[in-house]
Amino acid sequence: MSLRDLYQEIIVDHGREPRNFGKLMNANHCQAGHNPLCGDKLMLYVLERDGIVEEARFEGVGCAISVASASLMIEAIKGKSIVEVEQLFDLFHHLVTEGRESDVNIGKLAVFGGVVEFPVRVKCATLAWHTLKAALTNNTQPVTTE
Amino acid sequence: MKASVTKQVVDFGRLCRDFPILQKTNRGKTMIYLDSASSAQKPYQVINAIADFYMQDYANIHRGIYELSERSTQLYENTREQVKNFIHAAHADEIVFVRSTTEGINLIAQSFGRPRWQAGDEVILSTMEHHSNIVPWYMLKEQIGIVLKIIPIDDVGAMDIETYKKLFSSRTKLVAISHASNVLGTINPVKDMTAIAHAHHVPVLIDGAQAVSHMPVNVQDLDCDFYVFSAHKMYGPTGIGVLYGKKPWLDTLPPYQGGGGMIETVAFEKVTYTKAPQKFEAGTPDIAGVIGLNAAIQYVQTIGMENIFSHEQALLNYAEPKLLAIPELRMIGEAKPKVGVVSFVLNHIHPHDIGTVLDHEGIAVRAGHHCAMPLMERFQVPATVRVSFGVYNQEKDIDTLLSAIQLTKRLFA
Repeated sequence: MSLRDLYQEIIVDHGREPRNFGKLMNANHCQAGHNPLCGDKLMLYVLERDGIVEEARFEGVGCAISVASASLMIEAIKGKSIVEVEQLFDLFHHLVTEGRESDVNIGKLAVFGGVVEFPVRVKCATLAWHTLKAALTNNTQPVTTE
Repeated sequence: MKASVTKQVVDFGRLCRDFPILQKTNRGKTMIYLDSASSAQKPYQVINAIADFYMQDYANIHRGIYELSERSTQLYENTREQVKNFIHAAHADEIVFVRSTTEGINLIAQSFGRPRWQAGDEVILSTMEHHSNIVPWYMLKEQIGIVLKIIPIDDVGAMDIETYKKLFSSRTKLVAISHASNVLGTINPVKDMTAIAHAHHVPVLIDGAQAVSHMPVNVQDLDCDFYVFSAHKMYGPTGIGVLYGKKPWLDTLPPYQGGGGMIETVAFEKVTYTKAPQKFEAGTPDIAGVIGLNAAIQYVQTIGMENIFSHEQALLNYAEPKLLAIPELRMIGEAKPKVGVVSFVLNHIHPHDIGTVLDHEGIAVRAGHHCAMPLMERFQVPATVRVSFGVYNQEKDIDTLLSAIQLTKRLFA
């Protein structure tokens, strides 16, 4: 397992220059996520219409893995239906905790395949996804990884 | 087994052989342990002392009338005497065995503070305190309405003594400060700060968790009222710590927890308690932990606390200029004097990512807020990387660290 397998170019790139970063004024789902152990924090904004994620943005601070995960997640979910987003959540979760890619193509998200070798970093990779899940179920409590 | 020393000259290069875990690998690489401020590794001398105790001398203490229990009790009480000598207390019964530094502070908050303070009474803390010296006082704020007054620190990480002097009022009941900072390394002028507090007739509690294994400590010279520390940061076992309290205080404090071993007589109508320190040691204590603490004190005393201080200062003097020469590196905590702790951040690279790269290179450091969130806030960083030294570290560990930092920079370039 090399460090490059964990820190693939795409992760380093999105970690340093996250896409879809900032507030989304017309969001109809807002959700805070927090990893109290390491202090990673994010605020996720989602605009959902007729069961489709039309737009999403985020802001926050964190390590390369958590920031890149939020950035790439938003790229992946835009235009997807809530059902598709839930499927992606399961696939992503499986990827970083079990390490096996299923037959389903998850696109760029596959770059997180190295995380499984670093169990303490799994929470970094999944924070954005847990926050998203809570946002879509309109959970008003801040999400924590604990 | 004696520590690997010859008379006054200590061969620190050989000391790492006393630590079996340091012979292991970390992610397939030679283990470089630079996280002693979190917890120190354990030498054979401590591990064997605990195993020997369980195999040869173990029984409950202060209870049996048989030889084995007498022997166990004697070893336990001998350690109290030994701790007294180690921190230069006046009496062995000023030494209370607790679970940890954290429990020692909670004991003082609940047995000293809670019964005698009222809403509006004040406790002085500092910005650089560990959560263990913040939260017990915050809980008293919630329970009885005390007020926390905070000593600010300057940009290099030193206490602002002039502001400290102005924080005292007629309502000030206690000063609770760390001897050395777990993040900045700053060794605070606790003797002077104690004198200032005493001039206002205010007692002082010192959190010695980061000091006691790195430098000689003399509680009578400091003149502090309470001093707390943990065994696990000084090469001893987890689960055991020490609360030192001046005898007149301990004699007047009510018990912390109730149970066996801390009573004279028990009737449903009336219970009478034993004297300090047993009054504060309810239930069967961590006897083997105390025996391990005994071995740990012997271990550091055989090396010599002055020698340990010099060794770690030499490592600090070797590491700091080399780290500061890295243009992207910002050191958090540049006050002098310091214990062997260096905290830093590296431009846009998050401390957790640095920690992962270092781990991959075999190096164990702490990356995070170090249970000091107010201090992170003070320096406007979410987290830092912290490197901390112990007796087993050598200059080559720092060389490995420096190359791993270069690797990190390349990876995130």
